[in-house]
Amino acid sequence: MNKTWNNKAWWMVLPVVLLVAFSAVIPLMTVVNYSVQDTFGNNQFFWAGLQWFEEIVNSERFHAALGRQFIFSAVILAIEIPLGILIAMNMPKKGWAVPVCLVLMSLPLLIPWNVVGTIWQIFGRVDIGLLGAAANKLGIDYNYTRDIGDAWFTVVIMDVWHWTSLVALLCYAGLQSIPEAYYQAARIDGASGWAVFRYIQLPKMRGVLLIAVLLRFMDSFMIYTEPFVVTGGGPGNATTFLSIDLVKMAIGQFDLGPAAAFSLVYFLIILLLSWVFYTVMTNLDKQGR
Amino acid sequence: MAEIHLKKLAHSYLANPQKPDDYALKEIDHVWEDGKAYALLGSSGCGKSTLLNIISGLLTPSQGQVLFDGKDVTHLPTEQRQIAQVFQFPVVYDTMTVYDNLAFPLRNRKQSEAVIKERVHEIAAMLELTPDLKKKAQGLTADAKQKISLGRGLVRQDVAAILFDEPLTVIDPHLKWMLRMQLKSLHQRLNRTMIYVTHDQTEALTFADQVVVMYDGYVVQIGTPQELFERPAHTFVGYFIGSPGMNVLPASLQGNTATLNGHSLKLATAYTPKSGEKIELGIRPEFTHLSREASANSLPVTIRRIEDIGRHKIARAEFQGKEINIIVPEDKPVTPEYNQLSFDLDKVHIYANDWLVKQEAA
Repeated sequence: MNKTWNNKAWWMVLPVVLLVAFSAVIPLMTVVNYSVQDTFGNNQFFWAGLQWFEEIVNSERFHAALGRQFIFSAVILAIEIPLGILIAMNMPKKGWAVPVCLVLMSLPLLIPWNVVGTIWQIFGRVDIGLLGAAANKLGIDYNYTRDIGDAWFTVVIMDVWHWTSLVALLCYAGLQSIPEAYYQAARIDGASGWAVFRYIQLPKMRGVLLIAVLLRFMDSFMIYTEPFVVTGGGPGNATTFLSIDLVKMAIGQFDLGPAAAFSLVYFLIILLLSWVFYTVMTNLDKQGR
Repeated sequence: MAEIHLKKLAHSYLANPQKPDDYALKEIDHVWEDGKAYALLGSSGCGKSTLLNIISGLLTPSQGQVLFDGKDVTHLPTEQRQIAQVFQFPVVYDTMTVYDNLAFPLRNRKQSEAVIKERVHEIAAMLELTPDLKKKAQGLTADAKQKISLGRGLVRQDVAAILFDEPLTVIDPHLKWMLRMQLKSLHQRLNRTMIYVTHDQTEALTFADQVVVMYDGYVVQIGTPQELFERPAHTFVGYFIGSPGMNVLPASLQGNTATLNGHSLKLATAYTPKSGEKIELGIRPEFTHLSREASANSLPVTIRRIEDIGRHKIARAEFQGKEINIIVPEDKPVTPEYNQLSFDLDKVHIYANDWLVKQEAA
């Protein structure tokens, strides 16, 4: 069969090509460009090969930031996912309380990130902050600018406050979609509360939970604004996560070559983790069927 | 195994029911005999699911008692009653295998694994699920899932009754037929009380020893399929059972003389209506005849349509603005000239305010 080839149709793709080029490809290539060159100023660059990559991959500073990043993501996932499920299971199922609950829970999600940071920065201040001042009045030595534990506590609690509602709302949607007959059948089968959770609610929430874990992991892995506003990465480097470190390197020290290599390694790690998540998710789905 | 007695039972979904209309289930007093197969028949929203959920304990009735073998279980939670229930949509535990699904009710009741294994294999063989035992329940077809739901009820040896809430709604027609046959034979083998809710009269009449017909929250009649056909206690039963349903004609009555729009009929039974009572005559299409010549007991009708459905013909006729269905045997002629309608007078029932009146000798 002879098809008429109309190559003019390719022009239709042009806007998207341009958009993607300017928003992603060209900036990324600029970074790639920086990552393999060095400069001594005067806008003169010369070839550096993989030197910056070797430096970054072997640098203790990067390892430390990466380690902190993994711990942070693990901690907030370990708190937000179970807490979100718990909240979702205790939310009202019908009546006037449902919209009230939903609106209240979405409020933290609507606040811009730097505002969240500012809120907690002030909330935790020892002199005027409700949390900081009250804790110290009660005799608890709390100071996030000085103590590493307090700084971590503040940053983690802030993230939990900001994002647990997202997990709870996703789980709530999952729970609401379970037909009443499942609960009735479970009662007839004599299932305990735990069995109902384990064999009915959890399997039915699996889809939304995977999405929640993925979203929260990715978001927390790329976190910048809130801890930067609250602790600035301190005390010392205690809360310097990957993106904070990256910004310090690129804008603070103006080490463009190492910073570019840093961002590419960072990007590759995220890409790898996303791929792992995606593969696990799709495999779980297949198993289910 | 138990006999289930519903004692002066009624239920309303309102907190403070005042008038009869507030009740989704009007007062009923009925004994479900041990080991029989019952069907609860009625159109949607007539209260049959409410009644079922009260027996299984998913609902607590507003008034009255539920007795299992004389023991009051009205306030006993579902899991402590010996009841199994199969729902309209198959409920399976997705993440478990078929074996684990069937074992679940027993494991919850702390039975030993050896007992569980024996029971599960026995029930799986009965339901023809043995090849699927190791499969995940999620991937199975709707009818297999529904068999698992049923199986979870059957594995328990202590079950007094198995309740079915329109269990074949989502099953393909030809599988529906097979499952229904399987249910029927299961009932004969196990001899357990089964209560089967449906709005499909074929399903009810083929499955049950006794059919309980519900209408608007009332139990209007309990009887064998034959009784429901021959002596419908309520015009709804007449209309609902049978294909086509019973003809119901408004009439006035004096003793055994009924008058339908100026035409008098001498009935085999007599009744003297109280004032204000709505009197109707009920006659099944099977007991009506058409002829060309008028006789003493015939009514002139207009034939509107004749449908040949193979076994017999159905004539759709009109009498003074009211539709009447007449079943004409395949070997009898019928044309629009056959416009004189007569009844088997001994098969004519008298209804006062929709309820069958007590027969008096004519």
